[in-house]
Amino acid sequence: MNRTEPLWEVFIRSKQGLEHKHAGSLHAADAEMAIENARDVYTRRMEGVSIWVVESKYLHATNPDESESLFDPANDKIYRHPTFYDLPDELKYM
Amino acid sequence: MNSKTTNNTKNDLVDYTLHLADSSLIMGHRLSEWTGHGPMLEQDIAISNIALDLIGQARNFYQYAAEIINSNEEEKNVTEDDLAYLRDAGEFKNLLMTELPNGDWAKTIGKIFFFSTWQFYFYQKLIYSAERQLAAIAEKSLKEVTYHVRWSSDWVIRLGDGTEESKKRMKKAISELWPYTGEMVVPASFESNLENRVCIDVSSIKDDWFKKIKAILEEATIDFPDEKIWMQSGGKNGIHTEHLGFILAEMQFMQRAYPGLEW
Repeated sequence: MNRTEPLWEVFIRSKQGLEHKHAGSLHAADAEMAIENARDVYTRRMEGVSIWVVESKYLHATNPDESESLFDPANDKIYRHPTFYDLPDELKYM
Repeated sequence: MNSKTTNNTKNDLVDYTLHLADSSLIMGHRLSEWTGHGPMLEQDIAISNIALDLIGQARNFYQYAAEIINSNEEEKNVTEDDLAYLRDAGEFKNLLMTELPNGDWAKTIGKIFFFSTWQFYFYQKLIYSAERQLAAIAEKSLKEVTYHVRWSSDWVIRLGDGTEESKKRMKKAISELWPYTGEMVVPASFESNLENRVCIDVSSIKDDWFKKIKAILEEATIDFPDEKIWMQSGGKNGIHTEHLGFILAEMQFMQRAYPGLEW
């Protein structure tokens, strides 16, 4: 099929207080249609309370070829994790 | 009130409820024909969602109609399925608009636009009905319909104010559908018979409804149709276009061929 509509990335907030998470992508002619499409495609089973859309071309991504240099060095630096604190039970989503 | 009046009122209330159920069911069934055939995946899902909303509304109305029918001791145990699948075209009271073929995308959009905007103003009043069940269904449905209005209005504007081809098609759809708007604001006898606090006076939503249509068409750069042309009517009284029979033949086939079949 000849598709002329641009691609959009969809971010859904599943619950008040939580962050928006990437849900997927879809085609739409403009932002308004993208939001409606996102509503119909990604929230029909009560997955969301808020939607963000952004045209995919505005996303900049890391180059997979550079993965080693970007991410591997973090592998053996366990001391960077704040895992040595005791968190109270009331604190959720940490 | 003697028992004859009570029975008449009951029949009118059943007819009224069936009219609302039938319109939603037939509209929903028509839209479901798009499932798997939408112009693009996202719109395929959108229109199937709308179809499901409408069939859900129809179920609520059918269940209520069955409840009223069954409250009469002499009646058998009628179910929502009997009402949807075992009545013939002459007994269906849906608006003619809903049974018209989908046509192209613009025609389908035009149908949803006219129907959902009508439903929007209709339900806005029905939520005040003295029949609590009707009011509750209206309130639940209104949220769905508000989205159908938004979605279809956007498309009318998009197509009308789009390319030369899309404008031509949207204009054609509006003018072909227009003659079917007449009966939507003229009360049928069961509506006139019922008390005003139970059933809403459809002629009273006409101004708001037309104002909304006018505003959207203006944004879509499409002329508002001539209000004075001859209008189709009959749907609410069981007088239908040739299309309804074909819809029922397909929709009711299973229950007719295998009575009581469940899945």
